Amino acid sequence: MTPLLTVSNVSRDFIKSLDLVAKFLNRLGQDHREEIVHAVDDVSLEVFKGEVVGIVGESGCGKSTLGKMVAGILTPSEGQVRFESANKSDDGPPDDLKTQMIFQDPFSSLNPRKKVIDIVTEAPIHHGLIKASEKREFAIEMLNRVGLDAEALGRYPHQFSGGQRQRIGIARALAVSPELLVCDESIAALDVSIQAQVLNLFAKLKQDYDLTYLFISHDIGVIEHISDRVIVMYLGRIVETAPIEAFVEQPNHPYTKALLEGVPRLEIGQRDYEPVSGEIPSPLDPPSGCHFHPRCKHSTERCKTVRPALIEIAPDHFSACHLNDSD
Amino acid sequence: MAPILDVRNLQTHFFTKSGVLKAVDGVSFQIGAGEIVGLVGESGSGKSITGFSILGLVDAPGRIVGGEILFKGNDLTKLPATDIQKMRGSRIAMIFQDPMMTLNPVLRIETQMTEAIQTHDSSVSKDEARRRSRDALGMVGISSPDERMRAYPHQFSGGMRQRVSIAIAMLNRPDLIIADEPTTALDVTIQGQVIHEMQQLCRKTKTALLWITHDLAVVAGISSRICVMYAGRIVEQGPNDVLIGSPMHPYTNGLLGSVPSQNLRGQPLQQIEGIVPSLLNLPPGCAFENRCGRALAQCKQSAPEETVMDDQRILRCFNKVEQS
Repeated sequence: MTPLLTVSNVSRDFIKSLDLVAKFLNRLGQDHREEIVHAVDDVSLEVFKGEVVGIVGESGCGKSTLGKMVAGILTPSEGQVRFESANKSDDGPPDDLKTQMIFQDPFSSLNPRKKVIDIVTEAPIHHGLIKASEKREFAIEMLNRVGLDAEALGRYPHQFSGGQRQRIGIARALAVSPELLVCDESIAALDVSIQAQVLNLFAKLKQDYDLTYLFISHDIGVIEHISDRVIVMYLGRIVETAPIEAFVEQPNHPYTKALLEGVPRLEIGQRDYEPVSGEIPSPLDPPSGCHFHPRCKHSTERCKTVRPALIEIAPDHFSACHLNDSD
Repeated sequence: MAPILDVRNLQTHFFTKSGVLKAVDGVSFQIGAGEIVGLVGESGSGKSITGFSILGLVDAPGRIVGGEILFKGNDLTKLPATDIQKMRGSRIAMIFQDPMMTLNPVLRIETQMTEAIQTHDSSVSKDEARRRSRDALGMVGISSPDERMRAYPHQFSGGMRQRVSIAIAMLNRPDLIIADEPTTALDVTIQGQVIHEMQQLCRKTKTALLWITHDLAVVAGISSRICVMYAGRIVEQGPNDVLIGSPMHPYTNGLLGSVPSQNLRGQPLQQIEGIVPSLLNLPPGCAFENRCGRALAQCKQSAPEETVMDDQRILRCFNKVEQS
């Protein structure tokens, strides 16, 4: 089976170039260098049709940058992102419309000066998927899919609550009949009870319209709930990818274990927290070798110098840790 | 033993142009020494305003219009502003969600910490204040505190800054700390560290802690009592295991059901339909009535009063959830 999405050896750097003063000082013999952040560092992944792949990681791990590259908002510095539609047809929408993104903040991702009807229908009209004369019926259909009424059509984004706005954002993404939705912290800004509503909506849409999700979140509870497969990132690299059962029951990488232990859970009840030590290092100057070694209690000399490769430790379960080396 | 803090029927209202907004409307709870109490609610439930009211930080058009806040026996609502100011930062301290907003960006950490000590006790010498600040930083797990005291807030990471504000809160050995979403802005591993420090501190120093948050899972892990707020009222409060194990209020029950957990993977989450009503025109009956699956006719007419149950739970509901 060919994957719907193939990301191969993708990297993305952000470079802060030298300003005029630094250039001038360099001429005078000082040594000022460009600052480079390797936001995403040699990442490969595949997403198959109908899967929900969760990407989890803390701030600065590059999960959002990766999501934006998949959605085509950023171009990779190196490597390739390839999308292959599962049902190709010549008269359908082009392949680059098949990936749509749903953003974190429902307040800043909707144009405040447009009515809902225009927000939802702008893209399909522009791409010639529907005629302008059909836009009202089309918009009603889309809003119904996400659980909003037709009376929402003539209103502006500020007249809705956070959860409703996120639904409008989802309707806008659905309007171009995508196959892959990239959800970047899509429910992080919502209240708990509203989060549950939107999560259920995602699950329903997946069934009804045969969607595939790349679900990016820092919230491990949410990732565990919705994903079939989980990718754990740390400072720009994938440290572990595993099917959800293995992720929950047999996490391999020390970082994944630390993450899972740190999650507050209702089931456990009162307990003492035993946290991992240390800060998340700056992505400007990541540690050598394995990025996690300064915080890892198992780290050895080798971890400080050699970058561990992502190797398969069980079917479909990959981990980048020297502890798995056989010798 | 008398509780450190005893809030009785607190009412804080905001008098706006469009009407009276009852942000806090009849809230009562107690915290004992060394106890951690969780105050949980969604946005707009009044949980932060409850915290601000205790510290006397409610600004116009808001005002405490009723009730008592007994702190070690003294009613804070009756004290003059200058007395409350003396207590703020010494006997009662607050930790906010965003430490970047509470630390002064142009002053060194050292200056901010010694200032907090000397303002409340001018007899403390500069050296003594510096020594105490350094110890406080060490206590919250900041390595090489001597050097770090010379740094400015922007030189710290988010988790470190939150530790600094915890250290500042602890400086004068307060009897009560009010923490408003202290770990919400932090990453999982850093959140674990901060919670760990707070747990240790409360145990060691017998400081009472009010932990205000929207995250049920966090308070379930640390607090001995939990209060659940909805639309300005505590709808259910009780000991941790009682409340989490067998919630009786339909809102608590729904809230617990909507937290994704490992046991329910892939199944639809229990969801609470609808949205929080506007605090400007709350219904005369129970504020949760329009979203409640168990609403009765009487829920529309009158608001349920607080009832004390056998298991030390206090509940506001006419038709409680019976756990099977």
